[in-house]
Amino acid sequence: MARRSGSVWTGCGTVFMKEFADHLGSGRMRVLEWLVLLTGIGAVYTAIQDLKNTTSQDPFLFLRLFTNAHDPLPSFMAVLGFLIPLVAIGLGFDSVNGEFNRRTMSRILAQPVYRDALLLGKFFAGLATLGVALVTLWLLIIGLGLITLGVPPSSEEVIRGIAFLVVSLAYGGLWLAVAMLCSVIFRAAATSALVALGLWLLMSVLWPLLSQFITSAIFPTTELNLIMGPSYTQIMLQQTLARLSPNTLYAESLLGIMHPSTRALGPVFMDQLQGAVMGNPLPLGQSLLLVWPQVTSLIAGVIVLFVGAYVVFQRQEVRA
Amino acid sequence: MADPANDIIIAASGLKKLYGRVPAVDGIDLAIKRGEIFGLLGPNGAGKTTTILMLLGLTEASGGTVTVAGFNPMREPLEVKRHVGYLPDSVGFYDNLTARQNLRYTAKLAGIGRDAIESRISDGLARVRLRDVADNKVGTFSHGMRRRLGLAEVIMKRAEVAILDEPTSGLDPQATFEFLDMIRGLKADRVAVLLSSHLLDQVQAVCDRVALFNRGKIAIEGTVEKLSQQVLGGGYGVDIEAVGSDLPRVFAGIDGVLRVTQSDDGHYRLVAARDIRAELGAAIVASGGALMRLDHVEPSLDTVYRHYFEGQHHTEGQHGAA
Repeated sequence: MARRSGSVWTGCGTVFMKEFADHLGSGRMRVLEWLVLLTGIGAVYTAIQDLKNTTSQDPFLFLRLFTNAHDPLPSFMAVLGFLIPLVAIGLGFDSVNGEFNRRTMSRILAQPVYRDALLLGKFFAGLATLGVALVTLWLLIIGLGLITLGVPPSSEEVIRGIAFLVVSLAYGGLWLAVAMLCSVIFRAAATSALVALGLWLLMSVLWPLLSQFITSAIFPTTELNLIMGPSYTQIMLQQTLARLSPNTLYAESLLGIMHPSTRALGPVFMDQLQGAVMGNPLPLGQSLLLVWPQVTSLIAGVIVLFVGAYVVFQRQEVRA
Repeated sequence: MADPANDIIIAASGLKKLYGRVPAVDGIDLAIKRGEIFGLLGPNGAGKTTTILMLLGLTEASGGTVTVAGFNPMREPLEVKRHVGYLPDSVGFYDNLTARQNLRYTAKLAGIGRDAIESRISDGLARVRLRDVADNKVGTFSHGMRRRLGLAEVIMKRAEVAILDEPTSGLDPQATFEFLDMIRGLKADRVAVLLSSHLLDQVQAVCDRVALFNRGKIAIEGTVEKLSQQVLGGGYGVDIEAVGSDLPRVFAGIDGVLRVTQSDDGHYRLVAARDIRAELGAAIVASGGALMRLDHVEPSLDTVYRHYFEGQHHTEGQHGAA
């Protein structure tokens, strides 16, 4: 059988530019950005109040802007972990079924472009929109920090900050891919949004509880556990289960990147701690090495979900 | 393009599409020339839209061969789509963009050169008389205007083949009339137009040839006259409204009458070998009947269509009984 001719990328740029412009100009995006901005600034403001007292002692002042939690507000990082999926779902839940519902799909596909270009263009446009929003927010916070704290960030803080951006973008991309998969599978935009949001709630709220529950169902708590605490296998199983949720992966990645003193993301034996200077920060390279599996898994998740959406979309009948 | 062999721009033979094991299109042959308006007729589900999608390469054929503008839609879909303009039956646009912006998007997707885009968009919009509203949001457009905008897209693309799926459904009579005129304009540009419709009088008004689809096959194909000859058996049709005793016998007695059918009381339909209106009138009056109306019936596609599918139902019934 002959291969299909012509480039997959034909028209991808055009779709990208159109979707990007649509996203940036849409009212939906504006609402979501205000939501992120207000909660974010609230969290950072309280962090700054705390940090003013410790300015001289802390080598990672700017990272604290992101990680400091002041009751009752959560840290900015935690806010993002919760809100990035919401923004990504908002951008993606009607990207494909919207074309069907507006009856523009058959007209667009009658142009000399492959379906690949449409899906890729839409995905990259969503990703770029998320990127723009995140970078803006990041710069705002750094700026706020510069003004209020009066100290410039160190180069290591900047690099850790950029790593934070990359991981956040991968996390957003994962939820964007989830939303697009839903938009390919479900014809009604409302169904697609509900399913995507349902998954988001499951992953961010219910899954941590469920992973504990499943672990205790498989390895019931014994009397020994009551005295000694949970066994190694229990901890490992629970952690593995929890890591099926992208929220866990994201939280662990940020923990490694933004808290330089993090030495391990799993259980640590006493003999492994021998000779360690507790509380001392890890060098940048070691921190990145620590979160490498988590970040890789996030990116792999994005690719798997996108491929899923792609396969379903290719098999779909054009006629509405 | 003096060579007539080059003039055939859509050629299909034995084209098939199976959904599961059910054939939606079951071996059709088509040959459509440049500058020809070709009508696809048939009931819903007869395979018209599936055929159109296969010609566009939007649906993979299960068997047979197709060539559109010299390319195979299965293997070179991009080339085919570059030469074909498609107006889907339910055409939609981005409501938040203006007419011009909508066309600009498809023009870019179609790969029209940067310097040619604006002039071609304006040209297309002018042809469908939408230039005055070119910078209005499409959300404010009526149904008819959207259809015209869809046609502007086909014109802008300078396609060699225009495939229009139910282009006039849901349009008011004036809009329909204008739309058909625009389709004739495409023919003048030597564009091959493939048109599917249920509105038979419109198809008859505009199409050079038609193909009647039935259960995934082309039942009959040709000019309207040829079709009517095949289905109605040719002859000269006369419509009569008259009151009198035993009129059918009177009609049968006239030389040249082939068939007489009585549709209701006092209403007859005759098929004759030649124009026998004068003799008919005389015979009715001579028999003491009262002649109310005497009309020559042009073979209409409507009659052909109804007659054909009535015949189908009869044979179906017989098969069912056996």
